[in-house]
Amino acid sequence: MSLLEIENVTLKFGGLTAVDDLSFSVEEGEVFAIVGPNGAGKSTVFNLISRFYDPYAGSIRFDGHDLLQVKPSGVAAYGVARTFQNIELFEHATVLQNLLVGRHRHRKTNVLSEIFFTPSARRQEIENREKVEEVIDFLDLQAYRDKMIAGLPYGVRKVVEVARALSTDPKLLLLDEPASGLSVEETTDMRWWIDDIRRQMGITVLMVEHDMGLVSGVSDRVLAMADGAKLAMGTPAEVQSHPDVIEAYLGHAA
Amino acid sequence: MRIVFKTDYMQDIRPWKDGFQLSLYLILLAIAVAAPYLLDIFYLGELTNVLIWAIAGLGLMVLTGHTGQASLGHAAFLAIGCYSNVILIEQGVPFIIAFPLAGLLTGVIGATIAIPALRLHGIYLAIFTLALSILMDDVIVLSEPITGGVAGKYIAGVDLLGLTIDRWGTPILFYWLTLAITVIVTLGYINLLRTSLGRSFIAVRDSEVSAQAMGVDIAKTKTVSFGLSCMVTGWAGALMGLYSGAFNNETFSVVISIQLLMMIVIGGLGSIHGAFFGAVVIGFLPQFLSIAKENVSAVFGGGSVAIPGLEFGIFGMILILFILFEPMGLYGRWLKIRTFFELFPFYRKDMFKRQKSYLKTERLR
Repeated sequence: MSLLEIENVTLKFGGLTAVDDLSFSVEEGEVFAIVGPNGAGKSTVFNLISRFYDPYAGSIRFDGHDLLQVKPSGVAAYGVARTFQNIELFEHATVLQNLLVGRHRHRKTNVLSEIFFTPSARRQEIENREKVEEVIDFLDLQAYRDKMIAGLPYGVRKVVEVARALSTDPKLLLLDEPASGLSVEETTDMRWWIDDIRRQMGITVLMVEHDMGLVSGVSDRVLAMADGAKLAMGTPAEVQSHPDVIEAYLGHAA
Repeated sequence: MRIVFKTDYMQDIRPWKDGFQLSLYLILLAIAVAAPYLLDIFYLGELTNVLIWAIAGLGLMVLTGHTGQASLGHAAFLAIGCYSNVILIEQGVPFIIAFPLAGLLTGVIGATIAIPALRLHGIYLAIFTLALSILMDDVIVLSEPITGGVAGKYIAGVDLLGLTIDRWGTPILFYWLTLAITVIVTLGYINLLRTSLGRSFIAVRDSEVSAQAMGVDIAKTKTVSFGLSCMVTGWAGALMGLYSGAFNNETFSVVISIQLLMMIVIGGLGSIHGAFFGAVVIGFLPQFLSIAKENVSAVFGGGSVAIPGLEFGIFGMILILFILFEPMGLYGRWLKIRTFFELFPFYRKDMFKRQKSYLKTERLR
């Protein structure tokens, strides 16, 4: 059984079909990339998995659970974490606090034990920090630990978002354009990190990305989309040389 | 700048940075406890008033400052806390039970109201809560058999562990009671902010969409926030009732709601300090104005001339100036001054520049 199974999913906004009868599955332990021109429905697929939208038809299953049965806030509980295309960090909080919000799905305390800061709340805080410090160490964020997000440069914010997603201790990590707006060096860093996330942490990665260098560098399989539908699927090399994909990006040969 | 070398997670989790900071706050607390011996009775009364406003401010700060939901209706919850406390005492419930119960009751009512209200955002939520505040007046008048209606209610003193606590009879005890409640509420608030729930409040304020993706249930979090906020506000209301001794349907008018909101904006949204700074301004400004007026009329004459609405005019002007020039409030200004001296001479003018994007979730939509 695959980790994530998307079957015949269709989503329409009024007359616009954003996702058209799309099916694919992500296997445990792989890096799976979705590529396609702007407006192809890549981010919409992410938002469907995050349950921000309800599909018209089809099913989304994760790790044996029917995701369509849970609330948007319930998706994280199964072990799905994500980043956003236009960074959605908690601006007026420190990096550490942002990452600690990522631990929310592991919360075992309740309002009362937190207000009185009982030993169980203290223990949980320490556990949270142990995990978060691992992530900080992994992504080299030590220098920014206590800085406010509002004052951080774009490249760092991008990494903090990945860190926040990793803090949730996910099984599946959804990265929405992890390299957009990054410099060449930062993109290279991101590439090694994605590789390490998969190899060291054993986390499956599903990403949307335009940078074909990054995509062919890290992904095992690639799905090419256009107008909400599947164009081609296979290894990066297969997809890049697929005639339909070339046509979608470059148009017809005259 | 003092750099703290951390070797233990608890150093991060503790609310104080190091022993020095802790001792500063302990000295402040000691001065507060000793205040009755340092101040005359009039100023002690004023200080009690400031503390009560600070508790109310902490209540609203949870909701507006940390969860990002504006409320113009908190006077209604002050009223619920005040009335339920007094009514319970009249029914023979001892103060030590009636008081906590009044807050809990207000919290439950608040959370219940929150369930429909928090589907609204920004300005619409503000209008809804404004309506609540106005409705409360009528509710109090209409339920006259319980609330005493327009005639209002009176409360002299209350008994706590064999002591009679009375604003006029034993002002020192009343001050200490208020101080104790302030400290308890503040400690609870600090604990809240350093654990999951407080962080999820901040998450909801700054980005609902990613809070959701991190597993924070938005509706539930907002409801809990509203409930906690109303509970604390209810306690402040109960204390206000004891402080004034007499109250009716007009005591907790919509003006009080607006004053509360102004107070936390002036103090600084999103910080515990802000509630206290704001309370000092709101509490002492009327006294300051009347003293200033006396001095002005002593020089220019016309001391008997009453200027209606002077106080509110000045409040409004202060608020406008703060929103324009210091959106982070007094606490923000304090942070800047402190940073200036800590980093001297390396302070840059625009270090706090990006603060204006505050309350992103409050955009009209």
